[in-house]
Amino acid sequence: MNNTDTKAPAADAGLDVAHVCRLAHFDFSPEEMGRFQRELAPIAAYVRKLFEVDVEGVEPTQYGQPVFNVFREDEPEPSLPREEVLANAPDSSQDEFRMPRIVE
Amino acid sequence: MITPKDISATTVASARDAMRAGLYTSEELVRAVLAAIDEKDGGIGAYLTVDREGAIAAAAEADARRRAGESGDLLGIPVAMKDIFNVKGQPCTCASRILEGYVAPYDATVTARLRAAGAIPCGRVNMDEFAMGASTEHSAFHPTRNPVAPDRVPGGSSGGSAAAVSGGMALCSLGTDTGGSIRQPASFCGCVGLKPSYGRVSRYGVTAFASSLDQVGPITRTVEDAALLLQCIAGADPHDQTCLDRPVPDYAAALRGASTEGLRIGVPREYFAEGSDPEVLSLVRAAIDKAAAAGARVEEVSLPHTEYAIAVYYICATAEASANLARFDGVRYGARRVGPDGSLASLYDRSRTDGFGPEVKRRILLGTWVLSSGYRDAYYRRALKVRTLVRRDFDAAFAKCDVLMCPVAPTPAFKLDSTVNDPLKAYLCDAFTVPANLAGLCGVSVPCGRTAADGLPVGLQILGPAFGEPALLRAAAAMEALLR
Repeated sequence: MNNTDTKAPAADAGLDVAHVCRLAHFDFSPEEMGRFQRELAPIAAYVRKLFEVDVEGVEPTQYGQPVFNVFREDEPEPSLPREEVLANAPDSSQDEFRMPRIVE
Repeated sequence: MITPKDISATTVASARDAMRAGLYTSEELVRAVLAAIDEKDGGIGAYLTVDREGAIAAAAEADARRRAGESGDLLGIPVAMKDIFNVKGQPCTCASRILEGYVAPYDATVTARLRAAGAIPCGRVNMDEFAMGASTEHSAFHPTRNPVAPDRVPGGSSGGSAAAVSGGMALCSLGTDTGGSIRQPASFCGCVGLKPSYGRVSRYGVTAFASSLDQVGPITRTVEDAALLLQCIAGADPHDQTCLDRPVPDYAAALRGASTEGLRIGVPREYFAEGSDPEVLSLVRAAIDKAAAAGARVEEVSLPHTEYAIAVYYICATAEASANLARFDGVRYGARRVGPDGSLASLYDRSRTDGFGPEVKRRILLGTWVLSSGYRDAYYRRALKVRTLVRRDFDAAFAKCDVLMCPVAPTPAFKLDSTVNDPLKAYLCDAFTVPANLAGLCGVSVPCGRTAADGLPVGLQILGPAFGEPALLRAAAAMEALLR
């Protein structure tokens, strides 16, 4: 575990929508890019509030209730019928999801 | 006999008793609900789809089960389902264009348990897209209006659930609560809304928004009805490892003889600070005063990390949402769009860009940002640690109190279009509801009066420790009786 979580990033190292939208697989127009940048900047600034809190030695809470190693018997159950699942697919062929060609 | 007009005064318990006494059948009840929807929903927009034939067929089946000797609490009771629950054979769009046309191929665990009890998932009610929002204006299909004041929102994200119950178009509804999405619409529409403790109800088959916060619960007219629905849906599920294997108490029994005599009520001072609507605060204070007059011990408590809860929530919830919503990529289900070059990358990008609405995009962007390289430790991990501090505040409060009482939201129902263009302003309105989700507590909204000028409902929020539903519901039933 590194210690970077004790430092606040520089205030100007905020949320860059042009970068984040690529990570999230969005393809925004310049208008959308500007709009989200404008709307999210104050929220990104607001959450810096957390840097006021002393979290030295505090354990993180990941879940609403602590859950550890829940086991059950490994008994196979029938899967959903293939045709019912593929009925929701935007495109399918020969009992499989059909996708654009990715190799020439 | 039951008529469409009767629905607004029919509870789950009263319908159960009437059907047991043979006063009407489930089929007559369901037909009355369907007619009420036809008459009233045009101006409200609570429902997205109604399964008429399915509901009538299920009602006939429930009536046959009754003739064969069954008499369970929910036998033959129609339930309006938030559009987030998989109900086999019905659409499940989460009020999103990206899931338009999707038909659920299986039942969520809560759906299966309702069906096993003879309850009838009769229709799908509106919500903010993927449960992200507090007004139901973020539905991709249409906004829902508050039946009490149609120029106002019903709250959200389970706004369709609350509007269907409040508007006399359902006896009860199931919703989900990630940061207040059951309690706040219940408050805005004058209903009872119960968020069970994290781990009390299975999330299997419930489209995930933030997996460490999401919880399923009922919106009803009475506390007793909320107890009856929780009884049916609570309990361990091999399909959801976060749903804990703990005994399910008899919640209806816990309500018998409910009183505030000797109840230790904590009043968190941070929830009464300036900034809230004064009328909301005075109605909530008056309710607590009544409890004190009826024998409760009222004590002020402090939850010092309250002011950080919104920041923690909008980091944790969006981080989890960005991961959960990565599955919507135009491949296996939902809408597919492809860019001009026909590439796989363009398929992902266009399907998501065209399929998700603006609020969902904002949250995915925020969540992606707080998890991205260089920010994950600074924001996400720090938020998880502050989440621990929020939880400890509650642990300390519940060491000396049975329940906490406070407002659900800082305002009554607001006008349509008043927050949609200011996301931060909208997020700050969740300040009193998100802490319970962060700490895994149970909470309920009980109507505590109406504003003088506009007659808008206001809810009293009661919070209990994790898995403290029996005492929570008992306190809620006692308050309901005092405030009636």
